[in-house]
Amino acid sequence: MKFFDLYRKDRWPHMFCPGCGIGTAMNCFFRAFAESRLNQDKTVFVSGIGCSGRIPSYILADSLHTTHGRPIAFAGGIKLANPELKVVVFTGDGDLGAIGGNHFINGCRRNIDLTVICINNYIYGMTGGQVSTTTPFGYYTSTTPYGNKEYPFDLSEVAVAAGANYVTRWTTYHVKSLTKSIKKALVKDGFSFVEIVSQCPTQFGRRNDMISARQVFEWLKKNSVLHKKAHTLVEDHLDLNLMGKITVGEFVERNREAYTKVIGVRK
Amino acid sequence: MQGNEACVEGALYVGCKFFAGYPITPATEITERMAWRMHEMGGVSIQLEDEIASIAAIIGASWTGTKAMTATSGPGFSLMQENLGYACMTETPIVIVNVQRGGPSTGQPTKASQGDVMQTRWGSHGDYETIVLAPNSVQEMFDLTIEAFNLSEKYRVPTIVLSDADIGHMRGKFTVSEDIKFIDRKYCTKHVEHNAFICDEGLVPEFPKFGQGHRVHITGLTHDVSGYPKTTDPEIHAKLVSRLVKKIRNHSNEISRTEILNPKADTILVTYGSPSNSVFEVLSENHNIGLFRLITLWPFPETEMKQIAKTAKHILVLEMNLGQIYWEVERIARQAGCQKVELFSKIGGEIHKPDEIIKRLKNEVL
Ligand SMILES: Cc1ncc(C[n+]2csc(CCOP(=O)(O)OP(=O)(O)O)c2C)c(N)n1
Ligand code: SF4
Repeated sequence: MKFFDLYRKDRWPHMFCPGCGIGTAMNCFFRAFAESRLNQDKTVFVSGIGCSGRIPSYILADSLHTTHGRPIAFAGGIKLANPELKVVVFTGDGDLGAIGGNHFINGCRRNIDLTVICINNYIYGMTGGQVSTTTPFGYYTSTTPYGNKEYPFDLSEVAVAAGANYVTRWTTYHVKSLTKSIKKALVKDGFSFVEIVSQCPTQFGRRNDMISARQVFEWLKKNSVLHKKAHTLVEDHLDLNLMGKITVGEFVERNREAYTKVIGVRK
Repeated sequence: MQGNEACVEGALYVGCKFFAGYPITPATEITERMAWRMHEMGGVSIQLEDEIASIAAIIGASWTGTKAMTATSGPGFSLMQENLGYACMTETPIVIVNVQRGGPSTGQPTKASQGDVMQTRWGSHGDYETIVLAPNSVQEMFDLTIEAFNLSEKYRVPTIVLSDADIGHMRGKFTVSEDIKFIDRKYCTKHVEHNAFICDEGLVPEFPKFGQGHRVHITGLTHDVSGYPKTTDPEIHAKLVSRLVKKIRNHSNEISRTEILNPKADTILVTYGSPSNSVFEVLSENHNIGLFRLITLWPFPETEMKQIAKTAKHILVLEMNLGQIYWEVERIARQAGCQKVELFSKIGGEIHKPDEIIKRLKNEVL
């Protein structure tokens, strides 16, 4: 299978804004999928609601566009009912960290064999730029006109703490590393989590003095610190964003047996 | 066996291979028994983090071509409403068992009620139709769970077994009849990538199960026959949603089931589920009273109701709520010519006792 075989071409043009990071995320994913030699007819793509939730509708494979926040729960049912299928979830920071938070942490803990890819653009893109659980402190959104007064979730750290088997985070700037990590996540047994910090120029950039996609992109690049390096920095202890830094890299690699393998076995 | 346990056996008998649930009184026995019986039968049963996840998981499972079920009671059923609508919109066969308890809110966890009758029909947003069956015995917990799967497969619609705490916890025997039918959904035989929702006048499209290379896109957004989102065209929306409603309403005569005794009696008692057991007792000693028991609540057996109401002089509706099915009965009966249609409500957790029913009827016929 070639890279482009995975695009649902009759759905072009797509709905994403010019400069949106979702395009980069999709390209990295398609490359990783093609290079992993996975079978698109034995893979199901599941998503919730949001701009990121629209990704599966552009993939030429069986896909289930579900309800807001619930894709991990739907995906678990698919995987348990037919373990031969590979199941990939696309979600957004609101979909995963807010309304779907409970399914997220319990999904990590339960360790069903799923690959969950979250486009974290720090904002609710689809509904017009409201605050999200990952919006950095002080940043502006349509529902935080005085700046965000809440501290953000670090989704990757949450996944680590909740027990995911593999956790990685990159931004849309780190395309090579991101593609490599997606490949790893796709073949990893159990629950793997890929966080892609991505630019939403339309809703996030515009409200935070970054008018163009390029500016948000530069901002992501400038503020990224490698996870290994970050260990020596104060920032890491305070978690992502609190000091304006985005730690990127691989956060955990565990080898807990996938739920699908231990189910019904008395141990 | 308990009613709840018979329900599990019915599901397994008809080939249910996936169960997801979250414990709640008075439905917990279903989740508990499923945990080991499902495994013995080669399927998967799982307790999830909540009822939203449970219904989501069974919908996902169903898309792999697996018969799937969840069980809950009022509070959990309320949480399921959004995804219940999703199952209607995506035409996903699933079975939901709601063992009713007293509501609203946490209400009376251990007490029976029939307060969720309208919720099974209108609980999710938008226009849609579901199929709802109301068992009144351990035997029917077995039989109607099987029927629920059959109907849900046939019409690609969520089907609800609307039981209650009394029926769920009732102990009794059931027999497995020799002529039980098993209906499986019709699967697509051809590649349907761009035609996932094409159907004939039966109005039910063939099912493109995942993993077969169909490459279908399934969404809860308004979609055309290709399955792709088309959310702003009024005609496409009207066509889709009307079909979802019509595929049930047009088949209501085939779907609906009732139990009718003494149809020509002047006085007819209309009931379903638990209170019908008291009505049987009343009837055994009062042969001049008729019974109209709903086995299918939705779609409502309108034709049969009309027939009865043509000759009945007095219709008394017994239900364990403050009047839900009553309004449907009243509307139809009045149109058919019966002007005296009354409601006998009982809430609090106890069923109408036979002597209470007799007392209520005293001035009328006895
Ligand atoms: C139950 C429910 N509540 C609210 C919404 C409205 N809604 C749609 S998308 C969305 C937020 C999406 O944000 P995110 O998950 O970050 O995705 P993005 O659009 O940024 O990719 C909301 C609140 C909905 N569809 N369903
Ligand atoms: S609103 Fe933001 S996330 Fe959505 S498509 Fe536009 S740029 Fe991308």
